[in-house]
Amino acid sequence: MTLEALSAGKYAAYIWPAYAVSALGFAWMILDTLARARRWKRRAHRLEGEEEG
Amino acid sequence: MFSALANPARFMAFSRWAAPILGVIAVGLIGAGLWLGLNAPPDYQQGETVKIMFIHVPAAWVAMLAYACLGGASFISLVFRHALADAAAKAAAPLGAAFTGVALVTGSLWGRPMWGAWWVWGDARLVSVLVLFLLFVGYMALRASIEDEAKSARAAEILALVGLINLPIIKFSVEWWNTLHQGESIMRAGGPTLAPAYLTPLLLAGAGYSAAFGALWLERIRAEVWRRRATSLALRAALA
Repeated sequence: MTLEALSAGKYAAYIWPAYAVSALGFAWMILDTLARARRWKRRAHRLEGEEEG
Repeated sequence: MFSALANPARFMAFSRWAAPILGVIAVGLIGAGLWLGLNAPPDYQQGETVKIMFIHVPAAWVAMLAYACLGGASFISLVFRHALADAAAKAAAPLGAAFTGVALVTGSLWGRPMWGAWWVWGDARLVSVLVLFLLFVGYMALRASIEDEAKSARAAEILALVGLINLPIIKFSVEWWNTLHQGESIMRAGGPTLAPAYLTPLLLAGAGYSAAFGALWLERIRAEVWRRRATSLALRAALA
């Protein structure tokens, strides 16, 4: 990517916040989804183990 | 394929590898789309702000896709009483809300330099997308507000089905009413009006956002299946 592509001229104050909001949205979706999946998987496995033991 | 995946064990086996594959595809497509988009020439009317299109439009597309998935899964759950469909509906709502929120904020950041306003209450496209956001939030609030999970699911599913009427309203709002929002330029009779320099990165980013939604949706359904299993095991242990 060239530096020219990253220059947004007088509209930079609108363009880069829009990209930042999108990145934040994706970051929240990814982190929340993975944390949720990990937490419930671990809890289910623990309870399965307790039931068997 | 759908009936095969309706079995939770088969779904878990399928989604275990499908979710990461979709995630990798999403990274590749979004990366390629944004690289081409950021290197596209400034638009003759909108100048450099056209760069916002490559993140705003895909977010809006996927917001509608997420609601279609929420509505479809709610219908299957309501009619066939299928637990996995209910889990799928529940898993789609927060993702849909996030994509709609991103579409609204990036649209506002695009609208300010182009229209001179952050928000226009009289614009049917803007307001109908805000209604979509409120439908996602309302669905989640309804599910959280009733303690009995079966009852909360039924109530939320009915809301989701009623809200489906908003999808054609969003799609055709720019044709049915006078709006500041630009008209349909891609999915229209006669073909897209966008130049290839913009259309190609936009379609790549759109496919990438869709794949990202698919990966995250599958993973959230998996999380919901694990949660239900853990809840059922905890209840069984408490009763023993």
